Amino acid sequence: MAVAPTTTPGLLTTTIDKAARWAQTNSMFPATFGLACCAIEMMASGTAHYDLARFGMEVFRASPRQADLMIVAGRVSQKMAPVLRTVYDQMPDPKWVISMGACASSGGMFNNYALVQGVDQVVPVDIYVPGCPPGPQSLMHGILTLHDKIMAGEINR
Amino acid sequence: MGVIGELLKGLRVTGSQMFKPRVTVKYPAVFRDKPERFHGRHVLNRYPDGMEKCIGCELCAGACPARCIYVRGADNPEDAPVSPGERYGFVYEINMLRCIFCALCVEACPTEAITMTHLFEMSTANREDAIYTKDTLLMNEDGSVPHMFPDDRLADHDELMVADGWVRATAPSGNAAYEGVKMWQGTPGPADWAPEPSQEERDA
Repeated sequence: MAVAPTTTPGLLTTTIDKAARWAQTNSMFPATFGLACCAIEMMASGTAHYDLARFGMEVFRASPRQADLMIVAGRVSQKMAPVLRTVYDQMPDPKWVISMGACASSGGMFNNYALVQGVDQVVPVDIYVPGCPPGPQSLMHGILTLHDKIMAGEINR
Repeated sequence: MGVIGELLKGLRVTGSQMFKPRVTVKYPAVFRDKPERFHGRHVLNRYPDGMEKCIGCELCAGACPARCIYVRGADNPEDAPVSPGERYGFVYEINMLRCIFCALCVEACPTEAITMTHLFEMSTANREDAIYTKDTLLMNEDGSVPHMFPDDRLADHDELMVADGWVRATAPSGNAAYEGVKMWQGTPGPADWAPEPSQEERDA
């Protein structure tokens, strides 16, 4: 459910907006989309030391139908790109995408014919997380940045 | 055993874990300590007198396996030189989304102008913000390092002041037997560490 942003928000709609955003940020289930070494760090961020459950997102959903957030962790090959797009299309709205790591964000050091040079050519990306790979703390920083942007109304879905 | 006994048996692990210390590092409030040689965001250093160390030689750009560094050198103005050398880097850009934090640029730099800090939390909402220009990379004259988003509640300024210690693959003096000798950087901050000894000095 996305509350459409109004140009002149009244008292009632702002409150609903805030409530919707609060709900969106506190139960954001990530879709499992680990493609390479970044996936190891993504899995590590769900473990007890980092504990993504603190942000209400401990369940990495294997089914895109139950996921809100797609963490593209790893390099996306040209062959994987249509699969990635299909998984994204299968996710219900509202949905967000985090591009995790150098390869997913820009191709990284693999500037060649086999890899998509930036996953934003395939899906709309909300947050880019630099690093090779980004540690769990960096990923959490990306997630919290996304939460902040949603709460501030900069990203509306 | 009755139902109660079975229940207690099943909850034994839960019960024993309950009183153990918690391992979770509560990230936004507490930052986890990083290893000494952690490779984080880059910083362009200055000499203690405030001059820039970068001489615009583009060796870092040449060494970069990801081709994420863009440097343009220019001749130092004679009346107000920026760096002690002939030239200085007047454009210095790093695309953090390409960078793989391998520190080959740090190793290639002949003047130790570019080093790394411990800041690794630098997510952005768009690609433009991930391109760090000289405004952000170059340390201030007082030795502090500017943050890309200083007002962000998640910004950690302390990590920017921690230098990474790194190891040269071989000693600059050329003796492979010195492989693995720690060459600690005194940066960031306008530190004046002792110059690296020559091979003769080392052997003496």
